[in-house]
Amino acid sequence: MELLDGVPPLGTEELLAEVDAAERELAAGEGPPAGTAPAGDEEGAARFEALIAADGKIEPRDWMPDGYRRSLIRQIAQHAHSEIMGMQPETNWISRAPSLARKAILIAKVQDEAGHGLYLYSVAESLGVSREWMLDELHAGRQKYLSFINYPTLTWADVGALAWLTDGAAVVNQVSLCRTSYGPYARALVRICKEESFHHRQGFDLLYALSRGTPEQRAMLQAAVDRWWYPALAMFGPPDHMSTHSAQSLAWRIKRATNDELRQRFVDICVPQARVLGVTLPDPALRWNAERGHHDFTPPDFEELKRVVAGNGPCNRQRLAHRRRAHEDGAWVREAAAAYAAKHGESREAAEPAPAGEAARAPERTDWPLWEVFVRPRRGLAHSHAGGLHAPDAAMALRNARDLYTRRGEGVSIWVLPAAGITASSPDEKDAFFDPAGDKVYRHPSFFELPEGVEHL
Amino acid sequence: MTAPMTTTGPDLRDYVLRLGDDALVAAQRVAGWCTRAPQFEEDVALANIALDLLGQARALLTYAGELEGLGRDEDALAFGRDEHEFRNVQLVELPDDDFATAIAKMLFFGVYQRLLYTGLSRAADPTLAGIAAKAAKETAYHVDHAVSWTLRLGDGTAESHRRMQAAVDHVWPYTHELFEPGPPPAAAGPGADPAALRGPWCREVEQVLAEATLRRPEDGWAPTGGRSGVHTEAFGHLLAEMQYVYRAHPGARW
Repeated sequence: MELLDGVPPLGTEELLAEVDAAERELAAGEGPPAGTAPAGDEEGAARFEALIAADGKIEPRDWMPDGYRRSLIRQIAQHAHSEIMGMQPETNWISRAPSLARKAILIAKVQDEAGHGLYLYSVAESLGVSREWMLDELHAGRQKYLSFINYPTLTWADVGALAWLTDGAAVVNQVSLCRTSYGPYARALVRICKEESFHHRQGFDLLYALSRGTPEQRAMLQAAVDRWWYPALAMFGPPDHMSTHSAQSLAWRIKRATNDELRQRFVDICVPQARVLGVTLPDPALRWNAERGHHDFTPPDFEELKRVVAGNGPCNRQRLAHRRRAHEDGAWVREAAAAYAAKHGESREAAEPAPAGEAARAPERTDWPLWEVFVRPRRGLAHSHAGGLHAPDAAMALRNARDLYTRRGEGVSIWVLPAAGITASSPDEKDAFFDPAGDKVYRHPSFFELPEGVEHL
Repeated sequence: MTAPMTTTGPDLRDYVLRLGDDALVAAQRVAGWCTRAPQFEEDVALANIALDLLGQARALLTYAGELEGLGRDEDALAFGRDEHEFRNVQLVELPDDDFATAIAKMLFFGVYQRLLYTGLSRAADPTLAGIAAKAAKETAYHVDHAVSWTLRLGDGTAESHRRMQAAVDHVWPYTHELFEPGPPPAAAGPGADPAALRGPWCREVEQVLAEATLRRPEDGWAPTGGRSGVHTEAFGHLLAEMQYVYRAHPGARW
């Protein structure tokens, strides 16, 4: 476990370097501990523990403890819901953005959040729960989303303050999560962090323009920072001694740093940036502590956090009602597309993945089927897996994949496959399946020693 | 409003302004779907389309401002003009009462835009030709999206068929304004004559409606006025919302 003591405050560049490092770790892959036999629970458990201890990645079909699966589902669903619900406070200003350039940036940012929600829902689905079930849980208030979303964006400056502070906090959190032990989550986070680095920066840029503007604009800026500072600090969750989920999540390497460590890191990042903006952070106790090498600060009011999480923030009811209404208003459209697919020869059954794990406990649902997306990044390279999405049929899946996975020109060709149509090797047979290839060293040219002077062989 | 004479003629500015206003108002409506689309995947798709339209609007308004020569940039034109100074057709300002209405508008407007931009990509004026060539590709995708949904809603459930037919019937009369005669400026080229686009537009749209099991409405009532600054009541609300921050802080930079 890395600790933050002695780590200097980081800027976006350094945070992105951490994302790159996590990506390289993913590419290098784990050295799997030697297993000998197909896994029953006991051997599966031993293999799981060994993988975690070796800082390896757990993949969807690996054996994992129920608690690990449940923790991941809870955390990833909450993360996905936060992306989706987090669109609302910013969308509040799309129609009123005071310049066309800012309007475009804001639409692109809100769109990214929808995209990130989708990446994350498909990660959670790899754990055996359906998106429909997660949405039911969200709509019923049983699964949560980040509490800052329940605060209002009252002025244009709030759009900037929200992005600078809460996206800044999210980046700190997510960069740490890029090294999470669950492979699909780690891969999605690398992609999300790279895309989100622009969110944080555009927020700062928006505020910077206000800071150099009229007295009214500067007053708007300060008021918005006053509103968003503490909701952002509260994003890191309760303090370590009060956090109910932290310890086990750290041990399983789902989380990689504690709430308080990340909060400290965030405060240290913000202070010099606030100076550039010419704003006062609303904490009279905020000052540099040379001994600790960090800023001292007043923590958020965790009683308020509890109230907001319990549903009593200024906008909880409004945000959930909006989400439910969009879902209900869209039901006839989703049904129409499913009916069209059925009529035109695309059987839903063929594309519907068999429910497993948590989904088996969830009620039977009729959502659009899940598709896996493969993208060729450029000519000459093979298609590689990008993630999942839902669509009523193949034609729509292809269009959705284009919008979702190639927004930034990441591809020149796309494949979509019904998730249920993929046959995968079993992790239980991994040793029998792959180990025999390990000792056929004569398949590699380096096995043969060349006599001196022989070239071009 | 009068514009000073330029080498490309006084009417090119008005013509470019029309195109820009169409795209801007359409973008504002499509962007209104953020967080409200029937599925998250559709949220992402509609945001892409809104961004394309907004990009077209910015390029066109910037160019209209240059042709005008009064120092007005894209924002001054978007946020600083009153209702009667906007030259967009009424079709794009109609409220998106439901998803079917949004799709009907996207289909009718998209096919028109694609035909028009394809013609304009051969315009004598190089700036306009460049903007049009890029926009033609974008609108081809918008049409593809609108056609996909028209088929699924028209030929989906009884409820979706009813809604889609109602939307087509509601929006159809406003399509006539797209093709009102009025020769385009010489610099725009002969490919841009709106009246000449009606034939190909009808053929394409009628084929989609037929495949979607939808009835092509009768031609009859043909509301008009957008090109000369007469708009629907809903348009004032759209502008009030879009322009208020900009206008509340005169001269501020954002």
